[in-house]
Amino acid sequence: MYVIIVGAGKVGWNLGRELLEKGHEVTLLEKDRRRYETVEQELEHSIQYGDGTELWVLERAGISRADMVIAVTGDDEDNVLICQVAKEKYMVEQIIARVNNPRNKQWFDLLGIRPVVSATDLILRLIEHEVPKYGLVHLLDLEKERLEIIELLLGEESPVAGQRVGDLELPEGSLLISVLRGGTGFVPGPETVLEPGDEVLAVLDPGVEEELKTYFGPDGG
Amino acid sequence: MFILIVGAGRVGSSLARAMLRDGHQVSCLDEDSESHARLEIGLDKSWEDMGGQFTVGTGLELEALEEAGIENADAFVAATDGDNTNIVIAQIAKRRFNVPTVIARILDPYRAEWYEQQGLHTICPTRVAIEMLETEVKEAATKTAGGT
Repeated sequence: MYVIIVGAGKVGWNLGRELLEKGHEVTLLEKDRRRYETVEQELEHSIQYGDGTELWVLERAGISRADMVIAVTGDDEDNVLICQVAKEKYMVEQIIARVNNPRNKQWFDLLGIRPVVSATDLILRLIEHEVPKYGLVHLLDLEKERLEIIELLLGEESPVAGQRVGDLELPEGSLLISVLRGGTGFVPGPETVLEPGDEVLAVLDPGVEEELKTYFGPDGG
Repeated sequence: MFILIVGAGRVGSSLARAMLRDGHQVSCLDEDSESHARLEIGLDKSWEDMGGQFTVGTGLELEALEEAGIENADAFVAATDGDNTNIVIAQIAKRRFNVPTVIARILDPYRAEWYEQQGLHTICPTRVAIEMLETEVKEAATKTAGGT
């Protein structure tokens, strides 16, 4: 796969290194001369000096044959523009944009730039996961597939605790995919009996979340 | 007409004054509060006394745009010193707020050309400068050729 990464900051540099190690062809673009020289010492010809929001710089890097363009500069406007031209002018199949200021995410959405990665969102997700106060954690949206994966924590009062998975009357469009108990995970069968304290992963059609949450009852928090 | 100008630098502030003088309602949005002074160059009264509006903020901040009156704007001009900023905020004005007339100043001719093709109204001062210089130099060349 040929990947162009715009912005050789901490994110871009490490991403570039990882992708090279996995055997991909990578070109990093960096507009700061000193930063470029630093990274060039390690990555050599895999980095080019230039402003990745300039069309000729992208063209020189071979954007027309790129399979993926990743915009991880510190400037949200630049990341929007890079992804917009990559997608709409050069027909790049896959784009990924970094959102620096979470309040700018709405503009990425408005202009059809997705997926986006926001450090703030990731940390927030992690907090929700680590702090069990939240009974239900939204883990993943599979947008194209129109599926969601969520995590539920079974409280003492949960009406499903003590029940066999085979006897559950789960909402239509939901499926239990794993149970985490005592630090280990396993795939539940019909005979599995759910216990309070279990963390259950479920895959769902969009919109079933609330119904499933109600069915599982009050959480452990 | 109500005109919202984002970026009150040399271009934005001159345009703002000219539009105000022509009797339009003008609102300026700039991230630098000092830009307010630039608006008042050559005016006898303050910008506000002349009927102008000034808001501190960027064109990416929803609250700032709303405070500057984007919802009532008949025309939106993106005239900050950043091409990418102008391109993004012009699209916000168009797609999110449906401002009837949206114009973006873009210095890079290539970016300007492509976004123009995508339906964004752009003004490229660099392109204008290139054309003027080209005309002048060609004229000089013709004269020189005729003289020898």
